[in-house]
Amino acid sequence: MADIGQPALGRRFVIGVPYLWLTLFFLVPFILVLKISLSESILAQPPYGPLWETDANGHVEVKANGDNFAYLVEDPFYKDAYLKALKTAFVSTLVALLIGYPTAYGIARARQPWRNTLLMLVVLPFWTSFLIRVYAWKVLLQGNGPLNGLLMWLGLVDEPVQILYTDFAIYLGIVYSYLPFMVLPLYAAIERLDLTLNEAAADLGAPPWRVFLSITLPLSLPGVVAGCGLVFIPAVGEFVIPEMLGGPNAAMIGRVLWNEFFANRDWPIASAVAVAMLVFLVVPIMLFQRYQARTEGR
Amino acid sequence: MNVRLYSFVSLAFAFLYLPIVALVIYSFNASPRVTVWQGFSTHWYAALIEDRQIIEAALLSLKVATLNATLSVVIGTLAAFALVRYPKFRGRTMFTGLVAAPLVMPEVITGLSLLLLFVASESLFGWPKERGLATLTIAHITFSLAFVAVLVQARLSTFDRSLEEAALNLGAPPWKVYLVITLPLIAPALVSGWLLAFTMSLDDLVISSFVSGPGASTLPMVVFSMVRKGLSPEINALATLFIGAVSIGILLSVAIARRGMTPPTH
Repeated sequence: MADIGQPALGRRFVIGVPYLWLTLFFLVPFILVLKISLSESILAQPPYGPLWETDANGHVEVKANGDNFAYLVEDPFYKDAYLKALKTAFVSTLVALLIGYPTAYGIARARQPWRNTLLMLVVLPFWTSFLIRVYAWKVLLQGNGPLNGLLMWLGLVDEPVQILYTDFAIYLGIVYSYLPFMVLPLYAAIERLDLTLNEAAADLGAPPWRVFLSITLPLSLPGVVAGCGLVFIPAVGEFVIPEMLGGPNAAMIGRVLWNEFFANRDWPIASAVAVAMLVFLVVPIMLFQRYQARTEGR
Repeated sequence: MNVRLYSFVSLAFAFLYLPIVALVIYSFNASPRVTVWQGFSTHWYAALIEDRQIIEAALLSLKVATLNATLSVVIGTLAAFALVRYPKFRGRTMFTGLVAAPLVMPEVITGLSLLLLFVASESLFGWPKERGLATLTIAHITFSLAFVAVLVQARLSTFDRSLEEAALNLGAPPWKVYLVITLPLIAPALVSGWLLAFTMSLDDLVISSFVSGPGASTLPMVVFSMVRKGLSPEINALATLFIGAVSIGILLSVAIARRGMTPPTH
């Protein structure tokens, strides 16, 4: 069917403007990162060398090389930072799923108007500043802060324990900040499930845990994939949470990239770190995209 | 079963709201030591209003957020139309990828890549001479427009096109069909897209830190430099104002939704 009343000019405009914008400000910058990751760090402004040089005789000398990547592989500091980021993101995603699934399930099965109210309460923290919510945990976890006060009052500990600046604080910060991103897609997936299937299974004698494992869980799997993607992918590159809540040695890869860029001014290494981070994220990102494409088709 | 489930749900909500409530309470603490309660005071609100650095950063952030939200809605809506209304055009696969990629790209990578672009463009074309309002707005639009596109796309794909066709058959010119039928029908998605883009811009620290230059600090950048190494009672007051504004905004939007506007659905 021909598009009604959309002249060719309009069509070109509708597609062209966002296409041009994203090419110019998303694709081209990324190609630049690739390019600079292959160049040498030099003392200049900007601090990276050219990929090739032409001498007086017109000979082209290729300067591009993989030295930065070789350096990333050789220095265990970077490998550890990647592993730490992947591990932290994995554990946090798992915990967020364990908290998020029952929460989303409870909301989806709640009666109106409770359901909408609860849903709104999940979204509301997202609209307040992310930075301020992370900072709030810094307040709560202080040595003389309220959480330690509570632990001592309960008699669980005799003196304040170090919680802030530990890995536990990083997990807590990530789970807390990204929990709404886990709950929302799970809620969307659970809410649209057909309850007659559960009834049929129960009528046929399946105990509740069996109904959950063979019907509810498999059918809500797209929501699980989406929620885990929305938590895991940004958590890998997270900078603010390890910087504010983690100890000085909690070198997650996002923080390493930041420091290479801002503290060491080594743009080529920072770019190489970025390229390598994306290599790790390609699989989860593609899984996530496939899910997105499938829900759009619905 | 249900009692256990809803006890768990209550605990999850306590977890979500406890830190926010604590900040609000501490913002009225007289003591300069944040976690030691010394009586009620609004001292930190007065200090906040007199802090020129914070006020200037807040003004810059509001400017960037407004520009960003408005332009993101325009470009993001175009992107959504391209995705929903044109199932076939050259480079559509790449276009789909380009729209979705900023949604999942780690912020440090987006920030770094945009800064490299601005630096390269300065040495090639002499623009941008200094990094500030313009570079911040461009960077924010690049990540915001994807979120707007998703919202508008959801609205457009459940859209009854027979209304548009009827209007066209009755002889209305396309621009009039767009203004009178299409636009009002997708308006809720445009409003939520604008608000989302505005909030994300106001909230962004990482990408802004990469693409802004000296003398152009946004509010999150100033807040971050204040709380990076310690606590600051002024920030508690700022957080409380923020939370208050958001709560009022949400309550208003609920009230509007109750009065007949359909809320955007996923």
